[in-house]
Amino acid sequence: MRKYRADLHTHTVLSPCGDLEMSPVNIVQKARERGIDILGITDHNSTLHAPLIKELAVKEGMMVLMGAEVTTKEEVHCLCFFEDEEKLSEFQKYLDQHLPKMPNDENKFGYQVVVNEKEEIIDEVECLLISGLSQSIEEIERKVHDLEGLFIPAHINKMMNSIISQLGFLPPDLNVDALELSHHITKEEFLKKNKYLSKYNFIKSSDAHYIENIGNTWTNFFMEDLSFEEVRKALRAEEGRKIELEE
Amino acid sequence: MIVRDIVEKLGLKVCSGENGLNREIEGGYTSDLLSDVMGNADENHVWVTLQTHKNIMAIASLKELAAIVLVKGYEPEADAAEQSNEEGIPILSSEEEAFELTGKLYEIINQAK
Repeated sequence: MRKYRADLHTHTVLSPCGDLEMSPVNIVQKARERGIDILGITDHNSTLHAPLIKELAVKEGMMVLMGAEVTTKEEVHCLCFFEDEEKLSEFQKYLDQHLPKMPNDENKFGYQVVVNEKEEIIDEVECLLISGLSQSIEEIERKVHDLEGLFIPAHINKMMNSIISQLGFLPPDLNVDALELSHHITKEEFLKKNKYLSKYNFIKSSDAHYIENIGNTWTNFFMEDLSFEEVRKALRAEEGRKIELEE
Repeated sequence: MIVRDIVEKLGLKVCSGENGLNREIEGGYTSDLLSDVMGNADENHVWVTLQTHKNIMAIASLKELAAIVLVKGYEPEADAAEQSNEEGIPILSSEEEAFELTGKLYEIINQAK
C-alpha cells in the first residue's frame, strides 16, 4: 500500500465566498507546493470548475476528485464526488434543476465566476449558489450513489450547516462513504461526545476559501494507486485500504 | 389545553399522529435547528418548524413534545409521518409562516394558563 495525502474540500472563485485568487491555475500550483496527491474540488452547489482543475492537475501528477459541496433542503452541507465528466455533468443537471432561482447579489455574497486557464472570465453563474436545494439529504444521497459517486457529510462537528446542527444527529440508515470533521476538533474529542459515530471513518480537509489554506489540513489515504475506486475502498476501509487523520 | 384545541382554533391540518390529539400542551418552542431543539425544548411543548425530515420525530419523542407544527403548508416526509402515527405525537401543518403562527400560539397557550 502507498500513502497519499488528500485535501478533499476546497472552494474556487466560483463559490461566492471563494477568494478571487482561487483560480484553477493557482489552486493546482498551491496544492502541488503543499504535497497534495488527491485534491477535491467542492464549490457550493456547482461542479463547473472541477474539469479544468482536473485537466491542469493531471499534468502535475495529481488526482482530482470532481464534485461539489451540496446544500440539502435541511441546509446540511455534503461533499459529493464523481468519477468522470459524464457523471459529473449528469449531477450538474440535477443541481440546476433543484437550486432555487434566486439571483446572486455579488455585492453582498461575492462573485460566482468561471474562469479559464488564462484566468479570463468565461461564465458567470446567476443563481445564488449558497441556497439550499429543494431536495432532502436522503434524495441527494440516493442521486449521488445512483451515479456511483461518493457522499460525505461535511464538517459535521460545526454548529452551522452540519448534519448534527441541522438534524440533531446522523440518521443511522443514511448511506455515507465517510464523515468529515473540521480542523477545529480532534477525532477523539468529537467521539467523546458522539460515541454512536465510532464505527464511521473520518476525513479532515482544509475547506479552503483562500489560497494559503489549500492543503493545510489533510487526510492520509493508504491504497494501491490513484483511482476513484481505490479512494472509495479507502474511505470505506475495504480490502486493506484505509484512511488516517493527521492530528 | 390539548393539541386538538390548537388544531381547531388555528385551523391546522392534521398530517399524522391523530391518536395523539389529546396530548397536553404546556408551552412551545420555535426553531429549525434540531440540535437547538434538543437542547432547549421542554416536555409537552408544541414545536414550530419548517424541517420535515424524519429526525424531527426522533427529537419529538426524546423530548416528549406534545406536537410538531410545520409552517408554510409543509408536509412531513413519509417516514416521519409513519413514526408520528406509531408514537402518537401529531404532526400538524399550517399555511402560515413561523412568525405569525408562533405569535398566535403564544397568545392562545398563555390565555389558557
